[in-house]
Amino acid sequence: MPGLNTILSGKKFSITLERLCYQLIENHGHFQNSALIGLQPRGIYLAQALAERLNLIIAPAKVPYGELDTTFHRDDFRTHKGPILPSAMKMDLVVENKKIVFVDDVLYTGRTIRAGLDALLDFGRPASVELLVLVDRRFSRQLPIEPNYVGLMVDTRASQKVKVNWKAAGEEDSVLLLTE
Amino acid sequence: MTGLSVPHLIGIKELTVDDIRLILNTAVRFKEQINQPIKKVPSLRDITIANAFFENSTRTRLSFELAERRLSADVINFSSSSSSVSKGETLLDTINNLIAMKVDMIVMRHPYPGSAYFLSQNVKATIINAGDGTHEHPTQALLDAFSMMDKTKRDVSDMKIAIIGDIMHSRVALSNIFLLKKLGAEVMVCGPSTLIPKHIESLGVLVEHNVEKALAWCDVANVLRIQMERQQAGYFPSLREYAQAFGINKERLSKANKTITIMHPGPINRGVEINSDVADSEHSIILDQVENGVAIRMAVLYLLAGRS
Repeated sequence: MPGLNTILSGKKFSITLERLCYQLIENHGHFQNSALIGLQPRGIYLAQALAERLNLIIAPAKVPYGELDTTFHRDDFRTHKGPILPSAMKMDLVVENKKIVFVDDVLYTGRTIRAGLDALLDFGRPASVELLVLVDRRFSRQLPIEPNYVGLMVDTRASQKVKVNWKAAGEEDSVLLLTE
Repeated sequence: MTGLSVPHLIGIKELTVDDIRLILNTAVRFKEQINQPIKKVPSLRDITIANAFFENSTRTRLSFELAERRLSADVINFSSSSSSVSKGETLLDTINNLIAMKVDMIVMRHPYPGSAYFLSQNVKATIINAGDGTHEHPTQALLDAFSMMDKTKRDVSDMKIAIIGDIMHSRVALSNIFLLKKLGAEVMVCGPSTLIPKHIESLGVLVEHNVEKALAWCDVANVLRIQMERQQAGYFPSLREYAQAFGINKERLSKANKTITIMHPGPINRGVEINSDVADSEHSIILDQVENGVAIRMAVLYLLAGRS
């Protein structure tokens, strides 16, 4: 049945972000040797939201924060219809020997993360890389990539789409499931 | 957002304002990329590009080659002096032989105006014009606009640009005029009347024969090379006289009494169109132009390759 279902919003959305923050703090403390990197284009909203909350919790410490664009490392450049246009990069941090946490909104095939790992290596050799996603679309991976922190796990069909809306992008914080 | 509206880069004339903005914006990302410890990205790894240079070039050829390699393309170089062209092979035969070897894109410089267009109509490959005679040099105009904006942090539409020197023989001048006018800049050409084509005002540019007045008017001075190889007709009495009347030196600049960004597409004839005290000054962005050239060419190659 075609339609649009809200699968996460309001208070629950906020609690999920809060939980992810404390899970990060459990493993990374005050982020002395760690950094949060949002993946362009949609992962940066989650990364910004998490960084804001983390900065309040761990104050006066601050989370080292970056935004990484994976466009030039994608594997579908020639098979994609039309060129894939790059987004802005903000990488004013040292990657070398840092524990990096990749942040993206939806994990589906895993190909964006693969491209992100390559893009990250252009900046140096991190000590480790973890993955945080708000929504994990289970059983749809095309590469051996799994998240370390998950906001919400969903079972979906390939024909469905998962969309995350953000207040920062002019919409209400929510996760939607679109069925065509 | 969609990609470029054209399948080849023949000239600025064929580009829309959106195309130009798209190339300039994409180049910003490539400039970041080539300033990282690892400058190479894999985007064009399944593409083969031939650099066919039927006319001498250092900067443009190296810049294209670096851009291609940094996008991971396979590159072959070809120059007319060391090829079968000197045995009388036609342009079309030469290029079709390259394409038979599975070349996807051709970057060509040729002494004849219109040769890049001719090629785009007759062969099955993406053509990028790296200068066709006195016609156009689109990537130079793109990198010039990029460099002006990068240096001044202002938009081109908000600038006054004087192009000074041999306008008649300059493909750089023509491409610059097309591009700057499309983006809404004010443009003036300045040089001896023998080196300014008749009716150039119809392109919407101002004409000035007094270099001091041109400097007093502009924010950016793009100084062109006196093309020694094209001066046999005696357009001016001597190089010394040209330097006295039109050469950009410190004294002339200080008379203008304001900050003027100085550009030159190279190669420089020091002491003729521009003096060393200006070419090497803090307001000169001649070497930034070279750096930005690689980013612009990466953007052009990336956007054209992604189109197919």
